[in-house]
Amino acid sequence: MNRLYRPLSVWREMDRIQREMDRLFSGYSPSAHRAAPSYPPINIWTKEEGQVITAEMPGIDPDKIEIDVVADSITLSGERNPDPEQEGMIYHRRERNHGKFSRTIQLPFMVDANKVEAKFTDGVLQITLPRAEADKPKKIAVKSA
Amino acid sequence: MTKKESKEMQVQQQEAVAAEDTERTRQRQCFVPRADVYETETDVVVVADIPGVTNKSVEITLEKNVLIINAFRSSSIPEGYSLAYSEYEEGDYMRSFRLSNEINQEKIDAKVKNGELWLNLPKVEVAKVKKIAVKAA
Repeated sequence: MNRLYRPLSVWREMDRIQREMDRLFSGYSPSAHRAAPSYPPINIWTKEEGQVITAEMPGIDPDKIEIDVVADSITLSGERNPDPEQEGMIYHRRERNHGKFSRTIQLPFMVDANKVEAKFTDGVLQITLPRAEADKPKKIAVKSA
Repeated sequence: MTKKESKEMQVQQQEAVAAEDTERTRQRQCFVPRADVYETETDVVVVADIPGVTNKSVEITLEKNVLIINAFRSSSIPEGYSLAYSEYEEGDYMRSFRLSNEINQEKIDAKVKNGELWLNLPKVEVAKVKKIAVKAA
């Protein structure tokens, strides 16, 4: 009778296997709940005077990130290098990816390219994109006749 | 090693830590960081992607050959802005590994750089084989 309640650990093991499988196949199938975006994954923050883009890009040398702003679009490109091979090195697992990337994001306004700021802290890139003065909405006063 | 043509990078989906019997005290997502583990003659090296975590908010414990990595991410919401579009979620990172080698606990080295955790775990030195010279009588 006691045995009936024992197999709990089996389910835990099954969960573990499922997680491993999900991890293995996540690169091949488009995510069910999220459109497959290109690298790097970004978040966009907005306010009236402009936007902030944050991008998760761990392990990338900040000097090798290229940011190009043209009119209303911004392009992020760069490369993540694999770890240098060492003599007698045996991999147990390799899950981190590396390679080249380039991503263009179109914004809903013209960017003041001279005022764009970018900083990279702990693998997160933050770019502040102010809206061009000429592109800012104009308030029109209504005159009473 | 010959230089390989580097491939296009793919986005790797964040994977949440599976629910356990005990709950976390912090009410936010917790992810399993992607990690590489390799072994050299003298060390076991773990490299994990933990974007957004500073070197002060990483906790590493090693007990009975079980290595636990806990990394806490501080929130980085740009002030005055509101989120308009999101492809990734901010959260903490947690992962544990069972190591097969005995580790010299005193010489563990860890550092965080550019959102990567690099952990060097030196193996316990195996008693060196003594060579016994055979003298000719």
